[in-house]
Amino acid sequence: MIELRGVHKQLGDRQILAGLDLAVPKGMNYVLMGPSGSGKSVTLRHIIGILRPDAGTVLVDGQNVAAMDRTQLMALRKRMGYLFQNGALINWLSVVENVSLPLREHSRLSRHEVHDRAMAVLKTVGLEQAADQFPPSISGGMKLRAGLARALVTQPEYVLYDEPNAGLDPIISRQIHELIVEVRDRLGVTGLIVTHSRACATHCGDRIGILDQGRIGIEGTVAEMTAQDHPLAKAFLGGGAD
Amino acid sequence: MRVLTRIGGGLRERLDGAGQVVDLLLRTLAALGRLPRRVRFTLDMAYNAGVRALPVTMVVAAFAGAILALQTGIELRRFGDTAVLGTITALSMCREMGPFITGVILAATVGSSMAAELGTMKVSDEVAALEVMSVDPVDYLVLPRVVALAIMCPLLTALSDLVGILGGSIVAEQNLDVSPTLYWQSAREALTSSAMLLPKEVYVGLFKSFVFGIAIAILGCASGLRASGGALGVGLAVQAAVRNSVILIIVLGFIITWFFYFLAG
Ligand SMILES: Nc1ncnc2c1ncn2[C@@H]1O[C@H](COP(=O)(O)OP(=O)(O)O)[C@@H](O)[C@H]1O
Ligand SMILES: [Mg+2]
Repeated sequence: MIELRGVHKQLGDRQILAGLDLAVPKGMNYVLMGPSGSGKSVTLRHIIGILRPDAGTVLVDGQNVAAMDRTQLMALRKRMGYLFQNGALINWLSVVENVSLPLREHSRLSRHEVHDRAMAVLKTVGLEQAADQFPPSISGGMKLRAGLARALVTQPEYVLYDEPNAGLDPIISRQIHELIVEVRDRLGVTGLIVTHSRACATHCGDRIGILDQGRIGIEGTVAEMTAQDHPLAKAFLGGGAD
Repeated sequence: MRVLTRIGGGLRERLDGAGQVVDLLLRTLAALGRLPRRVRFTLDMAYNAGVRALPVTMVVAAFAGAILALQTGIELRRFGDTAVLGTITALSMCREMGPFITGVILAATVGSSMAAELGTMKVSDEVAALEVMSVDPVDYLVLPRVVALAIMCPLLTALSDLVGILGGSIVAEQNLDVSPTLYWQSAREALTSSAMLLPKEVYVGLFKSFVFGIAIAILGCASGLRASGGALGVGLAVQAAVRNSVILIIVLGFIITWFFYFLAG
């Protein structure tokens, strides 16, 4: 379970997070929405320990992320995948090399085993055909799926998704949504999904929270949230939203 | 008052930057133990740097040697002492000009592209992605580049030295009536007359270029890793990398010559 308690974070001269409380129970997909620049990515970066809170605590399975040393962070990051906006693949590595990277750097598996594991994950995201292509020559949807494969290859218990459908057409988006649901249902992965898309939120999410002024403005199950009259919920999940 | 705070802010940013450069240097040294895992990548980097910088370096070195010979020769001719032209050209080329032009050209070609590569990776979250995979960007990205230039800069410098002396010989013959035999003989004597196989000038020059190589790579990587704010940020990082490298090459060049000739005798 991921838990943030009273997290404050100032970046530059802006207070981005101001007492953020957030709980993501095991086995669920929690959708985090909010305006651009409201601190959604910053929140994810706290959970994986790239950023540390000015005040408050970030707990993963009861362990305080901000207090972890290098080894503990490494252990945490092995259990936690992170899908970046646009995939953030390394350009000079082929798709399969990108997916192999976390294993090659840290596991004791042989080259062959690493390759096989990477190919197996690529297959689950439907990219085995593109394994030897390089990121600059594949489409945005493929990059994202490769990024997802890279996030999954260490068999994490958690995956943090940062705008998994930004800039994708509805058909590709739908494939990604289905993958995210599959990751939860088949692999039992707990997900925290940052998105602007109502389709993504309602299709992939179990609970939805909307970030406002550095904290969760309103939160509830998907059914509760889509029925809400609250202006934030209407803005992100109402009829006009997409 | 406003002006003062602005100057103060600018100064603090500079110092911050300098601190980050030193920090990156130390972290790179600390990561040296992991170099064996990066050998292939390092050699790739060194090869690419060499290929990219070689043609320009050679052209510039030839002309630098020619200028050196011409400038010295004009003065020497007034004293009727052009016999030492080869000596002077060879030694100044090896100690000062060779490392300097190689450094500047590496900064402009390879240092700039390091800043661009790492800057692009930074602003597109690829550096964060490495961290999230517990891959240390210093070990994975910076170390191979630094080692590559630490190897390549002295190699290119040695070539520049030779080509520069060659450029000087052409001017010597064409414009200063110094016969190639005389020029090359005095140059060769200057470069072999020492008990240490090669004269001090050559070693000092190569040491300089070794330091320049490290400085260019560290500055290029540090600027890249500091980049923020999209393509514009990457452009600024490249600009900073080249400017700071050129400044540092000149300052370090002076300090190293001063150290070896005035402090350490
Ligand atoms: N490392 C940083 N330094 C300074 N400001 C940052 C940094 N990272 C993010 N910010 C700022 O924090 C705010 C929130 O960013 P982010 O979490 O990326 O927004 P979003 O909700 O769109 O993901 C933005 O205004 C951004 O400019
Ligand atoms: Mg974001």
